[in-house]
Amino acid sequence: MENSGLFFNLVPLIVFLPTVGLLINIIFGGRMSEKAIGTVASAASGLAFIVSLLLGYSLLASGSEAHVVPFAEWIKIGNLDIPWNFRVDTLSVTMMLVVSGVGTLIHIYAIGYMHEDVRFKDDVKRYGRFFVFLNLFIAMMMILVSGDSYLMLFVGWEGVGLCSFLLIGFWFEMDTLARPSWANSNAAKKAFIANRVGDFGFLLAAFTMFWYFGSLQFSEVFLKAEEVAASQPGVIMVITLFMLIGVTGKSAQIPLYVWLPDAMAGPTPVSALIHAATMVTAGVYLVTRSWALFSLVPDAQYVVALVGAITALFAATIAVGQYDIKKVLAYSTISQLGFMVAAVGMGAYVAGMFHLIAHAFFKALLFLSAGSIILGMERGHHHLANHGHADEHHEEVFDPGDMRNMGGLRKQMPVTFWLYMIGSLALAGIFPFAGFWSKDEILLDAAKNYSVVYVLLTIAAFLTAFYMGRQIWMVFFGKSRHAAAEHAQESPKVITVPLMVLAGASILGGALNLPYLHSLGQWLEHTIELAAEHGEEIRGYLSISWGGLNPVVALVSTLLALLAIGLSWLLYGRKPLQVGQIDPLKKMLGPLYTAFEKKYWVDEIYGALIINRYVDLARFLAEKVDWNFWHDWLHDSVIARFFRWFTKFLANPIDLGIIDAISNGLATLTKRSSTALRQLQNGFVRSYALSVLLGAVLILGYLLFK
Amino acid sequence: MDFLTNPLNLVIFFPLLGVLALLLMPSGKKDLLRWTAFLASLLTFGISIWVLTLFKSTDANLQLGLNIPWIQVAGWNINYATGVDGLSILLVLLTAFLSPISILSTWTAVEERVKDFMIFFLLLEVGMMGVFLAQDLFLFYIFWEFTLVPMYFLIGIWGGPQRIYAAVKFFLYTMAGSILMLIAVLWLGINQNSFSVPDLIARSGSIPADIQMWLFLAFAAAFAIKVPMWPLHSWLPDAHVQAPTAGSVILAGVLLKMGTYGFLRFNLPLFPQAAIKAAPWMAGLAVIGIIYGALVSYSQKDVKKLVAYSSVSHLGFVMLGLFALNPMGIQGGILQMINHGLSTGALFLLVGMIYERRHTREMDAFGGLWKVMPVYATLMLIVSLSSMGLPGLNGFVGEFTILLGAFGSQAIGSPWFAGVAAVGVILAAIYILYMFQKMFLGPLDKEENKKLKDLNWREIATLVPLLVFIFWIGLYPKPFFALMAPAVDNLVKIIQTASLALH
Repeated sequence: MENSGLFFNLVPLIVFLPTVGLLINIIFGGRMSEKAIGTVASAASGLAFIVSLLLGYSLLASGSEAHVVPFAEWIKIGNLDIPWNFRVDTLSVTMMLVVSGVGTLIHIYAIGYMHEDVRFKDDVKRYGRFFVFLNLFIAMMMILVSGDSYLMLFVGWEGVGLCSFLLIGFWFEMDTLARPSWANSNAAKKAFIANRVGDFGFLLAAFTMFWYFGSLQFSEVFLKAEEVAASQPGVIMVITLFMLIGVTGKSAQIPLYVWLPDAMAGPTPVSALIHAATMVTAGVYLVTRSWALFSLVPDAQYVVALVGAITALFAATIAVGQYDIKKVLAYSTISQLGFMVAAVGMGAYVAGMFHLIAHAFFKALLFLSAGSIILGMERGHHHLANHGHADEHHEEVFDPGDMRNMGGLRKQMPVTFWLYMIGSLALAGIFPFAGFWSKDEILLDAAKNYSVVYVLLTIAAFLTAFYMGRQIWMVFFGKSRHAAAEHAQESPKVITVPLMVLAGASILGGALNLPYLHSLGQWLEHTIELAAEHGEEIRGYLSISWGGLNPVVALVSTLLALLAIGLSWLLYGRKPLQVGQIDPLKKMLGPLYTAFEKKYWVDEIYGALIINRYVDLARFLAEKVDWNFWHDWLHDSVIARFFRWFTKFLANPIDLGIIDAISNGLATLTKRSSTALRQLQNGFVRSYALSVLLGAVLILGYLLFK
Repeated sequence: MDFLTNPLNLVIFFPLLGVLALLLMPSGKKDLLRWTAFLASLLTFGISIWVLTLFKSTDANLQLGLNIPWIQVAGWNINYATGVDGLSILLVLLTAFLSPISILSTWTAVEERVKDFMIFFLLLEVGMMGVFLAQDLFLFYIFWEFTLVPMYFLIGIWGGPQRIYAAVKFFLYTMAGSILMLIAVLWLGINQNSFSVPDLIARSGSIPADIQMWLFLAFAAAFAIKVPMWPLHSWLPDAHVQAPTAGSVILAGVLLKMGTYGFLRFNLPLFPQAAIKAAPWMAGLAVIGIIYGALVSYSQKDVKKLVAYSSVSHLGFVMLGLFALNPMGIQGGILQMINHGLSTGALFLLVGMIYERRHTREMDAFGGLWKVMPVYATLMLIVSLSSMGLPGLNGFVGEFTILLGAFGSQAIGSPWFAGVAAVGVILAAIYILYMFQKMFLGPLDKEENKKLKDLNWREIATLVPLLVFIFWIGLYPKPFFALMAPAVDNLVKIIQTASLALH
């Protein structure tokens, strides 16, 4: 293999550059300025991006075939051999570019955002910790996407889960409104545990895989896939469905999605980077990476597609009923992840990856813009406080993220307004923004294969345009519904410039995989065998569009999106929401809207059916079974009594007086003071030793002379 | 002279020199006593490293030991036999490693009768080393019983308010099992005409199957109580909660491993056919212990008790691995013994540190500690993550290999055991994160906590060595597996032979 002049061997740097960055900030962060800390962290991530570009170049220059770069031995026992190898192929490099590219922009944004955030929350010292966690996240995400085996993928998979926990709970002593509370730390814990449920599925998939494939390395598993499928038809089904459990955890699908909305407790850059653009797409990556397995089991594929499609619609309806600007985006993210999962479930891997990339651009843009809005509102609120505004005293807790407090912000924050518009149009799937192309490709594949999935996704797409329209009208148009919104201020350049880059990507992102050019498809084809190439007979009955364009599908979705935006204007734009006014949709839909607003009470249901039951069971076992019954009754009453009898039997001829002390019962012993112990010790243990000796002698004697 | 300069004898008996020195010192000079004991245990650790350098990891046999006739009366062949192999080398190192760390943790925690404390502690070390190095059943039994005595005093004199109850319970409970083991030891000694472990392994085929099972059960009784396997764990929460910090560290770190080690060293090779038959049952108990321990941990209010019950869960993983009876399971099980010693040892140290400051271990008394004690919180976080098996830290390597081994184990016979045990991975996250949240996250709203001092250098120094190994094993477990691999392969071979004979 001719590799001179290529950069494959640099691949470990994508993990180690961020690691070096975080180590610098751990060791020297205390003595560095905020700017320096942020610069180090951003540079670490930025350099990883450059390395990713070099890797992409190396692939292009060498025929785009996968390269495996051995790095270290890890676990090796018998025939279990799991090295830490890096895999450089078109799929992993695509993910690396998204992670480090979007990641770097968000690092830069966070320099400005956290500067203000730590001051609003009154703990300036925590600034450095944020960037340590953020760098750690990039390192872990890179391990996830660059690992050459399911176990290395899992290492990153759990690692990003840890970072998610740390960053959701970054302000662990408060709630999202900075009141002392357990709320943020609860959200962090919830995320970790929900993800662990998914990880459980992942582990079982790995165990099954190892015992039937004899390996966890990608290449070996995929090589054997058809052979195993022929001899053990059920096995691949089991593996893929266990993987699906992992996907529902990490990529927030039904039934494990509940952690993601709560995860918005983390600072906004975290929501953008981890909980929208990168980590939550790991499940989509996992399915795409495992195409060789999923393609063999159409039934499992159908289940995956259905889970994705149902989640897409379900979450979109909830988004319609939310008032918190980040909550809307969070449910939107769940919904969009549903699109991606549905896509890769159908075998439309390119469409799924395409949407993953486009979504990373525009959803990061939206979250970060929302962060800019929240900061703007906070600045307005601060302004009021500093100028002794009359409202201040009888004001309750101010929620800068509540859209009901906003209104008319396009005047105060014009830059953010335009950025948000771009992101929204891209998300709503309006031509020619990125989301139009990527979503359309998914819809087209769905229309060709599963009409159920197509219908679900189309309704979800309609709702997407609707809730984004609702948000735009509520946030930027009409009049301010709160004095803070009136005094809101635009964000500085360090915040808006990264957003402009993302906005550009959201506009032009569609060019990555235009119909009939399908550049992304050609790129990924080196890693994923596409169905169209392989012929439908071999890869099941799914037919994948391979980047085509169907005018009917495109027209329907565009018209629906425009209709939804029009509808949102009728409800929220024509007559803007007034202070204290009930949402107009609530009047129209009544209890159905309440169900959206209350998120279908899923948290409450889980709480009542699972969490409370778990707590009850644990308490019952701990208190009644383990303590009252087992510890107190059985041991202290039954067994202790037997022991008293037994020791008496052993020691009877020897030392009645001291044994009597035990016979008096453990209860009396318990009450003795330590002075009593001192007298006891000598006698007691000596007598014990004697009784053991005697017992041994008796038994020996019996055995010898029997 | 050979006897005294034998490296294994040195590692066993060197702490006695410390005891001798301590006896000659006045009880009032506490710091002198502390330094002496610390030095003695540190030198013992040095000797154990020397043993490691002499140890040939490619050799599956017992090494470096002695075999001297000792008690030879009435046809009895009791030898003073020692030896180290891949099954025990890591446990010897762990014991030698944890002892100085534990002594370091007593600097301010133990103020009364320092001299006695240190003497008992060093005597305990002698006993533990003897247990892991004895290769004659009679000698083993003596060391095994001997460890009870110093531990009994450590709990009974320096323990918490219920210390006497806990000490007596610990003593009697362990005794109950040991007596059954003693009977089995004597049966073997008489009928096989030897107490030597290698001899007995060679002759194990001659024991009729039903008697093998009875002997297996008699040994298992002693070891299962020590581990402790569910449902024989009732002594554990008492002993742990009442013991002083250093006692808990050694109790969890080493004494429990004597139980799992006993299974590994005696039950598996001496009674391989019985072990194969018992495997699904042992695995079943192990899995119940994993789930039960995790559930009960979650419901505790006292953090030390939470950690104590978590041991029931963690040791369940070890037992599951050992009775997978394949290389992955057993190697994972041995590694997990070490992992548990490091992680749970560190957890007990950490709990002791906050107890010294606040004189309470009720989790409700804390909250938001990360704000005032960032170093403490960070170290606790890392150790907690290690305990819940986060990849990259030691716990994951052990748990993963155990579960993987058990999943496809022929002896256990069904993937369901490992499948249910894997639920323990979720449950561990639940109780550990619950503990971490209760203590370190949330609002810092208790006045008593607002002025807490972060860890001092001595405290950090006790934890750092543990953390080094937590990362080392997590990132590069190869040298650890390499030490045990040949001996484990040997053991698996013995079991496979027995398995063939069985079918």
